[in-house]
Amino acid sequence: MFEELLFIFFSATAIGSALGVVLMRNPVYCAVSLVVCLFQVAGLFMLLRSPFLAVVQVFIYVGAVMVLFLFAIMLLDMKQIRYERLFSARGWVPYAVVAGIAIEFVAVIYGGGMDALMKVGATKAVDVKTFGRVLFTEYLFPFEVISLLLLVAMVGAIVMVKRSRG
Amino acid sequence: MTEAFIEVAIIFVKVVVLGFILFSLPLPLTWLERKIAGHIQVRLGPFRVGPHGVLQPFADMVKMLFKEDVIPEQADRLLFRFAPIVSMVPIFMVFVAIPFGESWTIPYINKEVTLYVADMNVGLLYILAISGVAVYGIILGGWASNSKYALLGGLRSSAQMISYEVALTFACIGVVMLASSLNLIDIVRAQTGGVTNWNVFYLPVGPVWFVIFFIAGLAEINRIPFDLPEDEGTLAAGFHVEYSGIRFAYFMLAEYIAMVSMSVLAVILFFGGWDDPTGLGWLPPIVWFLLKVGFFVYLFMWIRFTLPRYRYDQLMTIGWKILIPLSLLNILVTGWMII
Repeated sequence: MFEELLFIFFSATAIGSALGVVLMRNPVYCAVSLVVCLFQVAGLFMLLRSPFLAVVQVFIYVGAVMVLFLFAIMLLDMKQIRYERLFSARGWVPYAVVAGIAIEFVAVIYGGGMDALMKVGATKAVDVKTFGRVLFTEYLFPFEVISLLLLVAMVGAIVMVKRSRG
Repeated sequence: MTEAFIEVAIIFVKVVVLGFILFSLPLPLTWLERKIAGHIQVRLGPFRVGPHGVLQPFADMVKMLFKEDVIPEQADRLLFRFAPIVSMVPIFMVFVAIPFGESWTIPYINKEVTLYVADMNVGLLYILAISGVAVYGIILGGWASNSKYALLGGLRSSAQMISYEVALTFACIGVVMLASSLNLIDIVRAQTGGVTNWNVFYLPVGPVWFVIFFIAGLAEINRIPFDLPEDEGTLAAGFHVEYSGIRFAYFMLAEYIAMVSMSVLAVILFFGGWDDPTGLGWLPPIVWFLLKVGFFVYLFMWIRFTLPRYRYDQLMTIGWKILIPLSLLNILVTGWMII
């Protein structure tokens, strides 16, 4: 009962603040709203008995990624005029992208792609040791792929900065 | 039912007591800091209000409470009010996971209570994650003030936080590897039994962990020599230049409590927590714990009035080119030693 109330609270706040990210005009408020949303997701992880994921969510997304976002937003010093140009994607493209992602999600969930993941948690708390063992044995390949992807993104970012400096 | 009720009541009482202690802690700390500053610089420090100026913090408190609460005309009013609270709340939340000892039996009713609010199996990660959230107070406060000095302070703070959080976390990884647990109580238990078992004396990597942790910790809590976000020389007072009265006091409160939390973390991770270094047991563990924490608080103040401030490029060089590679190397060496 209590857990259900918490779940409703976290999800409602998450959806509300996610809408805020998209709908608010001031980029700093959007970023703050995203921070609120990420906190709610951490709360949901907690309800799914995974304190490790919840803490990592706060650590990585709230503590590092969003700080960088805010840093970039403030550094660009966006004044009222520029908001329009940056955030007015007209036409069918954004709708198509959103619809495509939504269809993909539904397909994955109903196609049984999430079944294996659903079985793992939810009934008992997942401690760090189990988590680490599963990550480095069963899911080693996806883990390595993600690491490589992040490395590529990092190198790419450095290359782009170097080029723009001449 | 009553069992559960008593448990909830105990947690509630612990949180209230802890909150009260933390809220009143800055009073003696400000006095101490100014007194230490005075003596290091060969002067007396506060001396007028009460004997040796001990009532000075109360006078300051009254001043803060009655000062006009100025909100600049062009400021973002909502975030301007919100920011001091954002910088204060996470620092208090950190203490939920901090153990002050094993347990304590209340006299007369023989009820044993644990000296921590929550025994989390991800305690260390929780503390690092939540204390990282406090930086939003500084960033948002700096932005909402709509002043260039405050904005620069906020920007410096965010870049500094990102750079040094990496080194701070890597320094903690060594400790986690040795105790093979993220639970702070387990980490302390792994160090019991004399000074040689303390992580700081785990040669040769222990001292290096500690030095990295300490330097990165100084930067995380914005103390001199890394207090670039509030650099008086170039930024007036940095992120809190537009704040006055009680909102300014919130920022100061957060800074002092952050200093205490960093000292507590240093003691738990590297100096055996409540472990008795003499092994004789003539002082209760909690006293040892507080003595060690007190030493680190003093050390932070001592450093503040001894060292000059680094330039911004030096700050970044130390973080990225020295501390992070060194901590990576240290993790590697630690791995070899454990295997």
